[in-house]
Parts: sequence; C-alpha cells; structure tokens
Amino acid sequence: MNLTYLDNNATTMVAPEVLEAMLPFLQNEYGNPSSMYSFAAVAARAMENARARIADLLGASPEEIIFTGCGTESDSTAILAALESRPEKRHFITTRVEHSAVIAMGRLLQQRGYKVTWLDVDKKGRLDLEAYKAALDDNTALVSMMYANNETGVIFPIREAAELAKTRGILFHTDAVQAVGKIPLDLKTLPVDYLALSGHKLHAPKGIGVLYVRRGSPYRSFLIGGHQEHGRRAGTENVPSIVALGKAAELAAKHIQDENTTVRALRDKLQQGLLAAIPEAVVNGDTENRLPNTLNIAFKYVEGEAILLLLDQEGICASSGSACTSGSLEPSHVLRAMGVPFTYAHGSVRLSLSRYTTEAEIDKTITALSRIIARLREISPFRNMTDGAEALCSSAGTAEGLSHR
Amino acid sequence: MWNYTDKVREHFLAPHNVGELKDANAIGEVGSLACGDALKLYLKIENDRIIDATFQTFGCASAIASSSVLTDLIKGKTIDEALAVTNKDIADALGGLPDQKMHCSVMGQEALEAAIRSYRGEAPGKTGEDAHDRLVCRCFGVTEGQIRRAIRENGLTSVEQVTNFTKAGGACGGCLEDVAAIVADETGRSLTPLQPQRPKTMTNIERMQNVMTVINEVIKPRLNQDGGDIELVDIDGSVVTVALRGMCLDCPSSRLTLENFVQQTLRDQVDPGIVVRPEQRAPGENA
Repeated sequence: MNLTYLDNNATTMVAPEVLEAMLPFLQNEYGNPSSMYSFAAVAARAMENARARIADLLGASPEEIIFTGCGTESDSTAILAALESRPEKRHFITTRVEHSAVIAMGRLLQQRGYKVTWLDVDKKGRLDLEAYKAALDDNTALVSMMYANNETGVIFPIREAAELAKTRGILFHTDAVQAVGKIPLDLKTLPVDYLALSGHKLHAPKGIGVLYVRRGSPYRSFLIGGHQEHGRRAGTENVPSIVALGKAAELAAKHIQDENTTVRALRDKLQQGLLAAIPEAVVNGDTENRLPNTLNIAFKYVEGEAILLLLDQEGICASSGSACTSGSLEPSHVLRAMGVPFTYAHGSVRLSLSRYTTEAEIDKTITALSRIIARLREISPFRNMTDGAEALCSSAGTAEGLSHR
Repeated sequence: MWNYTDKVREHFLAPHNVGELKDANAIGEVGSLACGDALKLYLKIENDRIIDATFQTFGCASAIASSSVLTDLIKGKTIDEALAVTNKDIADALGGLPDQKMHCSVMGQEALEAAIRSYRGEAPGKTGEDAHDRLVCRCFGVTEGQIRRAIRENGLTSVEQVTNFTKAGGACGGCLEDVAAIVADETGRSLTPLQPQRPKTMTNIERMQNVMTVINEVIKPRLNQDGGDIELVDIDGSVVTVALRGMCLDCPSSRLTLENFVQQTLRDQVDPGIVVRPEQRAPGENA
C-alpha cells in the first residue's frame, strides 16, 4: 500500500538531494572539523557552507547560527541563556499554546520562583497583542513566543511582539520550528534575539537543530567542554546532519514560493473537500493567518484516535489533537486554550502537507476520511442527534431544566 | 502508534453487534461527548436471560473494542451471570488493554450494570453510587464509590492506576489529592482527614453573605477552570437556588456537581443545613 504522509508538522521525509549531500560525510569524509589536516578540512568547509545556506534562508549572518541537537535544545538554551544574562529580572512571558519544550521550561521557571505570564489566545488561536503589551513590565527578562503553532498552524504577530519587547529592552525568543521553510522569514527585519529551528521539519534528518542568536544579544553556553561553535555549544559537530540541513535550507529557499502556491492550494482543496463531504465539521484556528500546509479539522460525535487508526488502515498518516491516554485524558492544550468545545476537540485531526504531497493523495484522503467519519458515526450513540451532548445529559439524569439551553 | 493486541484490533476494525436494538428492554448509558467516550448498551432480556445485546460507542479504538467484546461476553447469559462480568473479564477477553486504556473496560462494566438496573426498574445512576456518594472528579464525573470499587476489584495501589481505570484526575488534576487520600484509605496507609470549617450559628443575612462569598470565591473559580460557571439565582432561608452554565451544561455529571460539589461545599463552609436546588426552567427554554 502506498503511504500518504500528511503529518509533516510531526516530521518530514529526508529530501533525496539532502540524503545525497550528506552521504559522503557518513562514508569517506569522516574527518573531525576541529582537526588540523587537510582531510578534516573537507568536513569543516562543508559545515561552514551549510551554515551560510541556513543564514541565507533566515536573513542572518553565518556567525549568528549555532548548530544544536534539536529544536528543544535550541529553545532550552535560548531561554536559560537569556535569563542568566538578566539575573535581576524575574518575569518570563510566554503563551498557553507553545510547544511542550517551552511550556515545560515555563513550569520549571515557576518552580524556581519566576513570575510566568501565560498569554491566552482567542477561539481562533490568535494572540491578543493588547494583553501582551499590558504584560510587559520592568521586571520582564524574556518573552518566548512561537512563530507558528504546530497543531493549528496559526501564525503569531512575531514582528509586532518582538518590536514591543525591543523598545522596552526585553529579550525576545521565538520557536520557529514550524515556520522555517514554510513561510518567508527575514531576520534582517525581524527584531528577535533568539530563534529556534529543527532540521527534521524541513526535510533534513532528525537530530539536528539551529539556535540563531543575534549578534550582540546575550548568550551563555548550555553545553560546555569544547571550543566547537566558538565555544557556544560544545560537542563534536554532527557533520553529516549539518551538511544535510544546509542542503535542506537551500532547497527550502528555492521552494518557499511553492509552499504558498502549490502546497496552499492542495491544503485548501483538502479543507474544502472535507467540509463539503462531511457534515458537522469545523476548521480549528484562524484561517487567515495560518501556515499554508496545515489543516486542523474537527468532526463532531467521533473520537480522534479511532479516526487515526482507521486512516492508518488506508495508509494515511495524520495526527490528532486528542490524546486519549491517562495523564492527558483531556484534549490538546492548544485546542483547550482556544476554548474549542470538548465535543469538537475530541474529534480533531491535524493534516499537514509538504511540497511532496500530491493531488491524488489529497483526493484519496477526502474519500477515505469521509468514509471513516461516516462509519464511526454509525457506531456512535450521538449520531442523528441535533444536540447530542445535551440529549445524553438529560437521559443520564441531569437536574431537570439545566440540560436545556 | 498501535499499542493494542490483535484481539483489540480485530474488535475495533470489525466490531460485533453494532447499532441500536429496536426491541431492547434494557438500555445502559455511560460517559458523554464532553468526557471523550460514551457507551450506550442495548439488551433484550427474556426470562432473566440476555438473548441479544448491541452497542453504540463514541470513543477510541479500545472503547469500541471493549463494547464489542462485552456484547459477545454477555449474550446468552442470565442477568446474574452477566452481573458477574467484571472490567477485568472484558480486558482479558481482549488479550489485555494498555494501562492507560483500562477505563474503557470499566465503562463496559458500568454500562452493563446500568442496563440491568434499568431493566429491574431501579434508579439510574453510576456503579457504587448511592444517594450520598460524593463526586470526586468533576471533569469526568467520577464518584468516591466508583474509585473505591475500582481499587478493591482491581487491587490498585497508586493514584496513576486509579486514573487509568476510572479517568479520575486525568484532565485538570484538581482532584488528585483527594484520589490519593482514597487510595491511602483503601490500602490502609495513613490518611489525613480533611477538616471542614463550620461556623456555629448565624443570622439569615450572615448566611446569605457567606453563601455569596463561597460561591464567588470557591465554587465559581473551580467550575470556571473546567469551562463551567454558576449563577446564584435565589437564597431563601437554607434553600439556595442556582443555575449551572457553560461546560456544566454539556456535562452528564452536572446533577452530581450540583449536589456533591456545590451543596457539599456550601454545607462544609457555610451551614450543614443548606439545600441546593437547580433553577427550574421549562424544557426547551433558552438560557
């Protein structure tokens, strides 16, 4: 069975050109870039070339690019480095819908006595800039705000937010893991101090990330013990993956318009197709400011895991906002922060495309998903109910009068 | 990733006995859309024997598989034989369920018991629930009786296991301390009893003021955490009339919320004689 991969916000396939570029460094060119002989210089040169390609994609200078192990390492390092440089300031601002890498860091900071402001989003997943402005104060050390949300694709107004922080001398970090390669992004005009990206989200392999640190912004090493990356990140460089990420960045720069045209058109076709074929379906998140590859859609009366497993039977890979496991029996923190009703949140599915997605795959997915939702609704006790939740409420013995809206 | 036995997979992909049973004479319902899973079990009982059983389930793969295998297990059994079926039997028939999915098997057992209660003309209600059973987990409507029973029947020893089996504490986590106290009690570990504060005597005015304070400062914020809300409609002596709003309206446990959380909190913190009543409104009238 052919695989239809619509989970590109989770990870992406390694582009054939990327694999080709990295292979020599897994084979013959195994030199350590720190060594003195010319054999190792091949690896060192390839690494610096990769750094330049990534800088080009971001509108940065090569010396502002630090290679890390993953997006999470980049986030952790940026946040800790920024806060260490401002020990007298004890206020950290972030949002409720960040990736768990940043959420976990925020919780850790709270335990360490920091005041943490968790900014709310509205029901479309949008940030309230006025509330953000009001949260900035003289004690604020750092703001960490994702560029685009992994679950809904909603894009935050990072330029405005970073400018507001900058005018008050507050450091600004953005987790741009989902944005880089999908939408144009230029650090020459985007006044952030730190930016995190991850290779495997843009067709490079897993295990390679980047932390951008603006020249002049404070920095402290997280990993110490070597002079690599000018002492900013110790540890022998992952040369093959760095070369791969360089190639992936070059390809991303070349294809960035396709993301906005071809990929967007396919995503829109998928969205329209599903909404037309399946009753009681809604799109989660702001459809105006959204990554061109992402669709988060909710189907009432059915549950996410069941949808995913039936999609899997048809060779279609997607993910769900519903994590029906203990510890997280409630649906995704992103959808809950948006106030998506439980009745929809449990049946939410995220479909994320890439430039390798074909129209045939989109057609197949519309057909398959329509069939799957219909089938699960056949099994569901709530089908044919105009107001399912309330109907069950009353039959379960809810206090009279309260179950009617 | 698939984390299920072949048996779960089989029952999920091709469930047995799906759909409404037109001539059912016993129906059991548990769960809700808001909770993330729900099961409606239909039984046809003749001479105290289950001659047919079907189901409708909203939920994940293991919820559907548990319902399917349950109908297989109970068909042909007498009511008493069926009542002996435990959640463990359901899980075993599926070759086991992942720990965090055990609540699906508990849901099956509860639906079966609810159906049999409805057949016998007993009051609807959850397993182990009596008129005074206390609501512990408001997110999923799990009572103390259900938690104690799950602990006893499955030999549970930790809060995490209780969450896996009953879902209690799996969403907002607000009741985890409460669950821990119940686990400690059941397993014979040390238990710190909660000491409710009760002012002695008070005037009507004081009582009204205290009721308003407790609703606004204790009850409302906790309901708000789950997207619910409460409105104080009237206070007449010891009778407090309120209306639940927001997510509370979607919640099948709203009656329990009212009795066990709102009323109990007011009794604990204001006056043991308080009775909480829902606002009476004609069916269909918009809030």
